[in-house]
Amino acid sequence: MLKVVHYINQFFANIGGEEMAHVPAEVREGIVGPGLAFQQAFGEEAEIVATIICGDSYFNENLEEAKQTIINMVKKYSPDLFIAGPAFNAGRYGVACGTIAMAVRDELNIPVLSGMYRENPGADMFKNSIYVVSTKNSAAGMRDAVKKMAPLALKLAKGEKVGASAEEGYMPNGKRVNFFEKERGSRRAVNMLIKKLNGKEFETEFPMPDFDRVDPNPAVKDITKAKIALVTSGGIVPKGNPDHIESSSASKYGKYDIDGIMDLTEADFATAHGGYDPVYANLDPDRVLPVDVLREFEKEGKIGSIHRYFYTTVGNGTAVKNSKAFAEEFAKELLADGVDAVILTST
Amino acid sequence: MVKEIERAGIPVVHMCTVVPISLTVGANRIVPTIAIPHPLGNPSLTMEEEKDIRRNLLTKALKALETEITEQTVFEK
Repeated sequence: MLKVVHYINQFFANIGGEEMAHVPAEVREGIVGPGLAFQQAFGEEAEIVATIICGDSYFNENLEEAKQTIINMVKKYSPDLFIAGPAFNAGRYGVACGTIAMAVRDELNIPVLSGMYRENPGADMFKNSIYVVSTKNSAAGMRDAVKKMAPLALKLAKGEKVGASAEEGYMPNGKRVNFFEKERGSRRAVNMLIKKLNGKEFETEFPMPDFDRVDPNPAVKDITKAKIALVTSGGIVPKGNPDHIESSSASKYGKYDIDGIMDLTEADFATAHGGYDPVYANLDPDRVLPVDVLREFEKEGKIGSIHRYFYTTVGNGTAVKNSKAFAEEFAKELLADGVDAVILTST
Repeated sequence: MVKEIERAGIPVVHMCTVVPISLTVGANRIVPTIAIPHPLGNPSLTMEEEKDIRRNLLTKALKALETEITEQTVFEK
């Protein structure tokens, strides 16, 4: 029987949510959490012999150490396959899954597989290096994810030939694979056109490469004269979250006046972010939005001034489309207000 | 957001802990920070020591804004 080692985070291992994201890697014999669904799908063909669990923050903050520890854990079982996730739209989890899967493949020469939502930052980072199955954006899509991942996992473990991304469900990785379509090209093209004319979703067979890069702007000439604005995706808001910015999948941003405020305190500010342990940011919001020290700099003449408003949203599973629209909108205001530079903090 | 601010013509520095994400997203000036739940602080230190960390990181951020670059640049610790 094929042996599989499975990697999951603290949440899927039922250890805890964000407050436990700092736990280091541990290994448990057999199945934990979502491994059960994989085991059922594998039937008699493969067995999950061990599950490695690591906190998302721990992994990302201690990259090299975590990688080495986990590789050693995996090595002990000499598995035929390593599965990481699926991570859905959990950003740090997705990055951890991709990083560790790639490291396991490179160091131990074992086939690897992960799964995540297409907007997970881990997807762009790793889809060209390892097989990443495209999943839904939340754990409600577990059944669907396992249905796609399990057959591909078995193929990889057995060393069988892997078909094209459209057939196997992994994200296109830039490699071309020949296969026969059921319908001929003219029919597919007309079907696509009809869908397009009806305003329905259709999938192109020839996606344009996505090189969305912006050239760096020239440096600030004299920072001691510059008006600097603070922006954050760390969810810092006035206490009570007056605009009800969502703790995840934010649909809006806030703009708040900090005129005369020298220090963000527990009494007046807090974080609305649901994607990291909020204890530290709530005790001292300057840890995320550094108003206190920037005021010092303003007084000492190290900067010209702090812009009167800061802009904030929650970067937690928030659609790229939304964050793009937020910033497009408020960047115009920043320009109109004569802001020379922006410090943007992320958690 | 960082990219849209840059696109609008305003120089921007991204202060974050998971640098690979920032690079993937396309930030140009990047300053690595302490930890995910407290990028600009460290609760295991005293308030004054934390402020020193914040001063250091922000000084680095200002330096990043003053530095001409032609490609994505991580202003290391």
